[in-house]
Amino acid sequence: MLLSKIITKVHDKFPSVTLDTTQFAGEDIIHIQGSYNLDVLKLFRDNGFNFLADITAIDNLTLGGFERFAVVYHLLSHETAERVTIKAYVPEDQPELPSAESLWKTADWQEREIYDLFGISFKGHPNLIRIMNPDDYQGHPLRKDYPRLGRKERDDFPVVKRGINKEAAQ
Amino acid sequence: MVQGADKPMDTERMVLNFGPQHPSTHGTLRIIMELEGETVIKGTPEIGYLHSGFEKLGEYLDYNQYITITDRMNYLSPLCNNVAYALTAEKLMGLEVSKRTEYIRVLMCELSRIADHILNVGMLAVDLGALTAFLYGFRLREDIYDLFEIATGTRLTTSYTLVGGLMRDIPDKFDEAVIKVLDNVDVVARDIETLLNKNRIWQDRTKDIGIISKEDAISYGLSGPMARASGIDWDIRVQEPYSRYEEFDFDVAIALNGDVFDRYLVRMEEMRQSVKICRQALDKMPAGDVMVDPDLGFSLPPKDEVYNSIEGLIYHFEITMRNRGMTPPIGEAYVATESPNGELGFYIVSDGGRVPYRVRTRPPSLMNYSIFPKLIEGHMLSDAPAIIGSTNVIAGELDR
Repeated sequence: MLLSKIITKVHDKFPSVTLDTTQFAGEDIIHIQGSYNLDVLKLFRDNGFNFLADITAIDNLTLGGFERFAVVYHLLSHETAERVTIKAYVPEDQPELPSAESLWKTADWQEREIYDLFGISFKGHPNLIRIMNPDDYQGHPLRKDYPRLGRKERDDFPVVKRGINKEAAQ
Repeated sequence: MVQGADKPMDTERMVLNFGPQHPSTHGTLRIIMELEGETVIKGTPEIGYLHSGFEKLGEYLDYNQYITITDRMNYLSPLCNNVAYALTAEKLMGLEVSKRTEYIRVLMCELSRIADHILNVGMLAVDLGALTAFLYGFRLREDIYDLFEIATGTRLTTSYTLVGGLMRDIPDKFDEAVIKVLDNVDVVARDIETLLNKNRIWQDRTKDIGIISKEDAISYGLSGPMARASGIDWDIRVQEPYSRYEEFDFDVAIALNGDVFDRYLVRMEEMRQSVKICRQALDKMPAGDVMVDPDLGFSLPPKDEVYNSIEGLIYHFEITMRNRGMTPPIGEAYVATESPNGELGFYIVSDGGRVPYRVRTRPPSLMNYSIFPKLIEGHMLSDAPAIIGSTNVIAGELDR
């Protein structure tokens, strides 16, 4: 009930932002342009969808979609127990979109994770650094063009030598 | 008010490295603390020491294979992870599992919840110096793990579910063994509460420590016992029932202060409610199969048929070979379940192939832990183990 009302509101207010509205397995998915994500998210938050359950990203390299990357927001309404998925599309040449940290604090760490694993940056994020991988890590492992076994990072780990160096002692 | 926080001592600011190898971090957590005297001015967690690339691995394993990976996420309640993942894959494929499957899943999830909560309470107590409560809890957890061993064959890496059902049915007389353990839960819970609830030291060290307001809990995306201890009436088992939770009668435990003590109380009460659910599940356990119809092409044949008959072997390969097997439609599904830590969600995107295109875990630990810098500010250094213990952060799930 609540959801369908807001979806029509989104269509009315931002007709050019909404790319598509689809349904799969009874779940509504709204596809929007990445740079306008804050407007849409704010509209949802102010209309009862108070809980940002999850943020993640998809690399659409072989799947196909409006753009190369999609940042996916899963919103939940504590009042009506409805969920909605918002997919904000970001182009490959400029993977950047506004940060949702100002709306929900939980976006802080999750956007850092997306930045780390997908290389999508968030404008206005207070502390956008890698979270899972080391700071000097090269590449973004969850991109589809990143090989499963890595790019020889394992071979380049610095080796710490402990104890007496036997060869040198002899 | 925390003792000492109101009158800062005249000392130099010190930076202390806490972890990643510290007994009270329960895993590999690292916190860089800035201290003035013993007061923490700023705590910056650094995570990722257990990052194993599970989500990348998921893009190369088929739907049934990935279940073994979910065991390794929240390793204190692997059955809840198995169930959450199986539910998501089933939603994606549009499968409907049998009633018996769902009841066994509920039973196993609730037993996991008891084991998880009792260990969390015990660990919190042992970090604060109360060893006896921990030993009581650990003894009970052993009994529950024995039940898992009877039903699944292993204690830790259970891999009990399959997409479309369960690996195997529960054995005969399993219910008698479960009831024996359930009878014990109340006794142990009472023992622990007698030791702790009115204990002056316990109260001093947990009350008014790490208070989370309702607004913060929503803003930081907290869920599960942490949110409920802050007065948020939200339990996915009740509000968005999955796996036939709506057929069970139980109460949701809520506390209002949002401090460490309240989170402990919520967990203790949730254990009692889980016992109630387990008993109902055993009472009402329906008969039937624990796997969907084999003709749908989703279920593996029984192992003795695979080993002893050519038809079984052919059928097994039909399901598991690289160019055969189950293929879901193109689409995506997100399912949220109430794990012991909070909202455990799986998000699977499929491009119609044998392996998922993207598998995302919504780890409750990550969200629950992200509020830690705010909680520790202005507290004493010795409160850090209490706050970490009460968030019940599991490194395997946090870093994945």
